[in-house]
Amino acid sequence: MALMTQIRQRSRAIAAESEDTYFEKLGSNSRTRFLRHVILCAVGAIMLYPLLWMLASSFKPSSEVFADLSLWPSTWDFTNYSQGWNSLNHPFHLYLWNSFVVVALTIVGNLASCSLAAYAFARMQFIGKKPLFALMLGTLMLPGHVLLIPQYVIFNLLGWMNTYLPLVVPNFLATNAFFIFLMVQFMRALPSELDDAARIDGCGPFRTFFRVILPLCVPALATTAIFTFISTWNEFFGPLLYLTDSSLYTVPLALRQFMDSEGQSAWGPMFAMSVVSLAPIIGFFIAGQKYLIKGIATTGLK
Amino acid sequence: MSTSTAPSTTAPTPAPARRVGAAGRGTPRRRNEKAAYIFLLPWFVGLLFTLIPFGASLYLAFTDYNLINNPNWIGLDNFEEMLTDEDLLQALKVTGIYTFVGVPLSLLAALGVALALNKGIRGLKYYRAVYYLPSLLGGSVAIVMLWRYIFGNQGIVNAVLAFFGIDGPSWVSDPQYALSVLISLHVWTFGSPMVIFLAGLRQIPIMYYEAASIDGASRWRQFVSITMPLLSPILFFNLVLALIGSLQTFTQGYILSGGTGGPSGSTLFYNLYLYIEGFQRFDMGYASALAWLLLMIVAMFTAANFLMSRFWVFYDN
Repeated sequence: MALMTQIRQRSRAIAAESEDTYFEKLGSNSRTRFLRHVILCAVGAIMLYPLLWMLASSFKPSSEVFADLSLWPSTWDFTNYSQGWNSLNHPFHLYLWNSFVVVALTIVGNLASCSLAAYAFARMQFIGKKPLFALMLGTLMLPGHVLLIPQYVIFNLLGWMNTYLPLVVPNFLATNAFFIFLMVQFMRALPSELDDAARIDGCGPFRTFFRVILPLCVPALATTAIFTFISTWNEFFGPLLYLTDSSLYTVPLALRQFMDSEGQSAWGPMFAMSVVSLAPIIGFFIAGQKYLIKGIATTGLK
Repeated sequence: MSTSTAPSTTAPTPAPARRVGAAGRGTPRRRNEKAAYIFLLPWFVGLLFTLIPFGASLYLAFTDYNLINNPNWIGLDNFEEMLTDEDLLQALKVTGIYTFVGVPLSLLAALGVALALNKGIRGLKYYRAVYYLPSLLGGSVAIVMLWRYIFGNQGIVNAVLAFFGIDGPSWVSDPQYALSVLISLHVWTFGSPMVIFLAGLRQIPIMYYEAASIDGASRWRQFVSITMPLLSPILFFNLVLALIGSLQTFTQGYILSGGTGGPSGSTLFYNLYLYIEGFQRFDMGYASALAWLLLMIVAMFTAANFLMSRFWVFYDN
């Protein structure tokens, strides 16, 4: 325990130090600094504008949406939400629930299977470790579409069409090499004395993993969970392929229906449900920004 | 498959056991080894879900297969068919333009903003968050539909253009402009390479710049002689990632065109064409051949990237 807090304190101290030396660098004169802020704010405003405009439009009556650039509705109208919620085959909360089920199972699967594999690769000795690790990195680079058709055939033979199994089961089998790699990198950085100490205290490999290493990996696990959440929540291709029964649709498939069925007239409800669909991502982003930024800086994930 | 072959190909078994034996105990190390395979068990099963389809898709590429009848070996026919397939040519063109225009633009934006943010700026956290957020949303159906509206005939882009007296085209339904709508969406998501650039810029020791400015090097000189060489591995990394990702674009084209790749094939991304061949026309043999062609293209680009990197990527150590 003491070692753990020590590690934490040190890493925090290093972070704070680099931040400080960083701000000491504030060398440039105040006018260029001001100008830089103006430009950065303007670019940021342009980037956020479409999102804010969509949010505003979701409260505008449909007749007002067209070519109205304002970010403030003249009247606040919530009918888009009630209309959008109920205008598809099923109420929208069903799609939200479906997405939630898929996302939750995917996260659990990724965390469990990838951390197990990562522990073996990062901190255990076994025969064939090097070639197997190379193989793992190889699957990391393999574009998914090459596997697509045979996988579809296999899932079809297994009778998994129109279930969540094709979307969820592979995640319990550590098929997401990105996250294994991320966790391997993280676990390698932990001091090896931890394993030795645990072994002397009588822990077998499983207890060492669950009681000593895994609790220290919370940042890597959090990064994995957040990235998994965002990519699975947005995932369109897999559900499009495997789900045909509309009562099983996830949110992206449901949203697409606004375009298919109602054509040009239903922009208001569509924006309202778009806002609903994006809100969880933005919420996760705000809550987990620290892990996201770190994760992306180390692995280059989206 | 690999589970059984892998151990036999590596070093003889007794070596590690003897080393442990010298320390006085044989069992923990061996138990540890067995445990390692248990830890890897899910991954081994998952590997089968990768390796078997990998081999199977290569086989299917040489067959005629429609999911109902058994695959029928037709040799190189699928690849011959590609030579005269105009849709394939269109798909390659669309994906190529999207990649070679979109990737440089978004990387330039990412680098530019990262440089501006690296100057020691107050509120860095907030700027970074604002610029990064779009890259999390860019792949979602909601945002592509929003873009479809924004660039629509009466969308806000044309409203802004009208304000300046310009009569904007109907971006989404005009084959000439439809792809540029998606390129603009691509550029909008420059946040993730930006965060990687920013992390790379922070690794450059400040003393290099201090030494350079004592020697009288201009800002531009410092950028060319210090920042660019030291950042080049990061740029390379971003380039490889962006190319691979961009060549595999699907959702954007599907949503903007309603699944057709239209108007007139102007948003027919490679993977969208593969989807249409495989899962709408159920020509799965041809779709497998398409998948392998794209794999070859991606591999070629990545290899070319690595080869060229020798000439411009600088490794400090």
